[in-house]
Amino acid sequence: MRPSLILRTSAPMLLWLSLLASLYVLVRGHNEPGGGFLGGLVAASGLLFHAIARGPEGVRTLLVLHPVQLSALGVLLAATSGLPAFLGPDGAYLTHLWWFAELGVTLPLGTALLFDLGVYLAVVGMAVAIFIGLLEWKAARAAATEGGE
Amino acid sequence: MSGIALALLVGAGGSAAMAFVPARLAAWLGAGLAASLCAFYAAHLGAVSTGAVPAAAFWGVPALDIAGGLRLDGLALLFALLITGIGALVFLYAGSYMAGDARLRRLLVMLGLFMTAMLGAVTADDAILLFIFWELTSLASFFLVGTNHQSPAARKAALQALLVTGGGGLALLAGLVLVAIAAGTTSISGMIAAAPAVLAHPAAEPAMLLVIAGAFAKSAQVPFHFWLPNAMAAPTPVSAYLHSATMVKLGVYLLARFNPLYQGVALWHELLMWAGLATAATGALLALRETDLKRVLAHTTVTGLGTLVMLIGIAPELSATAAVTFLLVHAFYKAALFLVVGIVDHETGSRDGAALGGLGRAMPLTAVAAGLAAFSMAGLPPFVGFVAKELLYEAKLGAGPASDVLIVLGFLINASMVAVAGVLSLRLFLGASRPTPETPHDPHWAMIAGPVLLALLGLAAGSMPALVADLVVEPAVRAILGRPVAVTLKLWHGFNLVLALSAATVLLGVVLFLAWERIVPGLRRAEAIDRFGPARFYERLLAGTISLAERCTGLVQHGHLHGYIATLFAATAIALLGTLAVRGGFDAPAFAFGALDPRALALVAIVVGVLATVLARSVLVAVMAMGLVGFAVSLLFLLFGAPDVAFTQFAVETLLVVILAAALVILPIATRDDRAPRRKLADAAVAILAGAAVTAVLLAVLATPFDPRLGAWFGANSYPAAHGRNVVNVILVDFRALDTLGEIMVLAIAAFAVVALLRRARTGDAR
Repeated sequence: MRPSLILRTSAPMLLWLSLLASLYVLVRGHNEPGGGFLGGLVAASGLLFHAIARGPEGVRTLLVLHPVQLSALGVLLAATSGLPAFLGPDGAYLTHLWWFAELGVTLPLGTALLFDLGVYLAVVGMAVAIFIGLLEWKAARAAATEGGE
Repeated sequence: MSGIALALLVGAGGSAAMAFVPARLAAWLGAGLAASLCAFYAAHLGAVSTGAVPAAAFWGVPALDIAGGLRLDGLALLFALLITGIGALVFLYAGSYMAGDARLRRLLVMLGLFMTAMLGAVTADDAILLFIFWELTSLASFFLVGTNHQSPAARKAALQALLVTGGGGLALLAGLVLVAIAAGTTSISGMIAAAPAVLAHPAAEPAMLLVIAGAFAKSAQVPFHFWLPNAMAAPTPVSAYLHSATMVKLGVYLLARFNPLYQGVALWHELLMWAGLATAATGALLALRETDLKRVLAHTTVTGLGTLVMLIGIAPELSATAAVTFLLVHAFYKAALFLVVGIVDHETGSRDGAALGGLGRAMPLTAVAAGLAAFSMAGLPPFVGFVAKELLYEAKLGAGPASDVLIVLGFLINASMVAVAGVLSLRLFLGASRPTPETPHDPHWAMIAGPVLLALLGLAAGSMPALVADLVVEPAVRAILGRPVAVTLKLWHGFNLVLALSAATVLLGVVLFLAWERIVPGLRRAEAIDRFGPARFYERLLAGTISLAERCTGLVQHGHLHGYIATLFAATAIALLGTLAVRGGFDAPAFAFGALDPRALALVAIVVGVLATVLARSVLVAVMAMGLVGFAVSLLFLLFGAPDVAFTQFAVETLLVVILAAALVILPIATRDDRAPRRKLADAAVAILAGAAVTAVLLAVLATPFDPRLGAWFGANSYPAAHGRNVVNVILVDFRALDTLGEIMVLAIAAFAVVALLRRARTGDAR
């Protein structure tokens, strides 16, 4: 499957646009429609297009980590985001803490954002892992059949 | 934080630290850790012997009414001292025994964690806490028995030990929970204080039997005794520590701990007494069938454990004194003998009691240690073993109507212990020396220190019984009986019936010892013992379970995607319709026809998409048409005020279409639908059934009055409590964050599994 010229040219733009959009969706999720799950899906769609256009290798170099590692990192992040709760007076696991930073505007920061980031990473990693896994499997199969003939 | 809680943290931290230093250093670290913990506990001896009971808060889940907490009474202190004291010697020994072995460090870390778990189990004053530590010791035992994991026999033994003790652990958990419900607290001292309520509860007897079952499995009582000899696949330091001195005594500990609760119940006493006696007799008989010295010791350990359980079962208070004294004695001599057998095995390359002999000239120090320990085992004066044996006979004489049977069987059991002691000392080290695979010599001092010290302790304790009685035995007996008692230990009781029994025991033991070479093959020929043992039952049960699981898996996991999906939908439909049927049909919601809502036009798109999907000739077209259905559904969500769901649905649909389209291009799936007409009809039936079921359930849901309390609560609390205005997201990341955490774990695991599967398929070893 050789991607068309249009796809190959537009893929980088699609990628960065969707990644930006996904971060926006992630951050705004606490007050408006959005959130980690949705952001992760948006980011994953960009990365899948990139994988079709540039091959799985392109996505691998872009992500640095293996997508499964990315997914596991997300779970780890979400799981640890619940730990600071024990610092609080009546801490129960995953009771999120908040810190309202005053930098001219009030910046609401909380461990909930870390949790959502974990969800985001888990979703991105999962989708990318499965998709490029399929692509690579196909490539290996093709190579094997060529070698066999 | 109180000291006894800190001790557990120090133990866990120290064990973890051992993982990061060279193995040789780790052994020293472990020995130092255990020795300092031992000194820490020993510092409590004075206070505890005068009746103080240090307690500490430790873990606890108030939301689940789990109290948590630690308590160091006489019984706990005795065990803690044995665990840490013998632990220090075992660390030293292991460092030398397995020097240069790549598995040494892992073994040491595991031993350290085991020691900590044991300390937690014996100092816990909370049933749930006790259970957690109890299971941790079973897990540690699994890994330690399986140290030599390349050997199938070791793996099998490890699994057997885990399944038997773990299965017992489940029974124990059920029993403890029942007792906790009856007592209204998980605190063990609270349970004992609430004894009348616990015993009056309707489930009191099953609860007691479950607790007993857990203790019996852990302490290798008949019929669970078979796992212990097999656990000898572990390296010798592990066998000496876990399977003789400490872990197997945890069951005995539990029975002693709960004795104040159950000491009025006749069944408790009868069961413990007879099961203990049967175990002791079985161990003694099996010990005389073996020549592998480690297995001989394992069987005599079974005898020791049976004796302890029996003594807890015999009611009067003298037997509690006998139990504690025997526990102490047994820990000293049995650990020493295990370590000696390990040394012999290490230095000669053999541990076959029939082939070895006359090692005393080559390894004099080892011979002395073995002799001292064996004399204590045989119950000869002036060793503490003699004191214990006298008490044992006295307790049996005072056991009421059962005392005749107890005395006669006990006499035979003790005589065979004397014979085994003779084999392990006189036969092994005196007489003509026989050829061995390696030239024997005394080992490194780190290995000989343990047995020598333990054997000398046996001698010292025998020579000053009054001190031992006051400091160690009496506080422990007080804990077992739940009331103060006067304990006097004496080496010399004067000429009486007990002394005559002791003398006769030694005499018969000597006879058995002299005939040992003939007895062993004689008993070996009695193969019936192997054929009908509970070990066979265990094997059959395990094999049966595995083959049942295989057949079930074969039935369900047939590998045809088409079948999976049909099963999934059919099962869902049946479950839904079944639920409706059980609830007595369903009410359709009331309809009121009025002006057509323009938003309903989205439904048209859905219908068109569905028709296109069903009628499509090519799978690719069907995927596209499914996409249309999905987008139309998300449009509906958007129009009816669920932008979050709509947004997610859009994203999921996009990804789904992209992935499916790519998969169709990539995967060798026929893009044309060429199912046989009959197959198509069957699929259509399943599809219609599932659709009808879901529709029926949705209608039934709509007909039920809507309870707005949850929605209202989340709406009201979302911003004040969680600082978010998007209620859906606040629920996901905050109110129900634990659910979300579970879900993303599933995602990560699914990704992991798919990647692993594809990698296997790629490298070509797919089946």
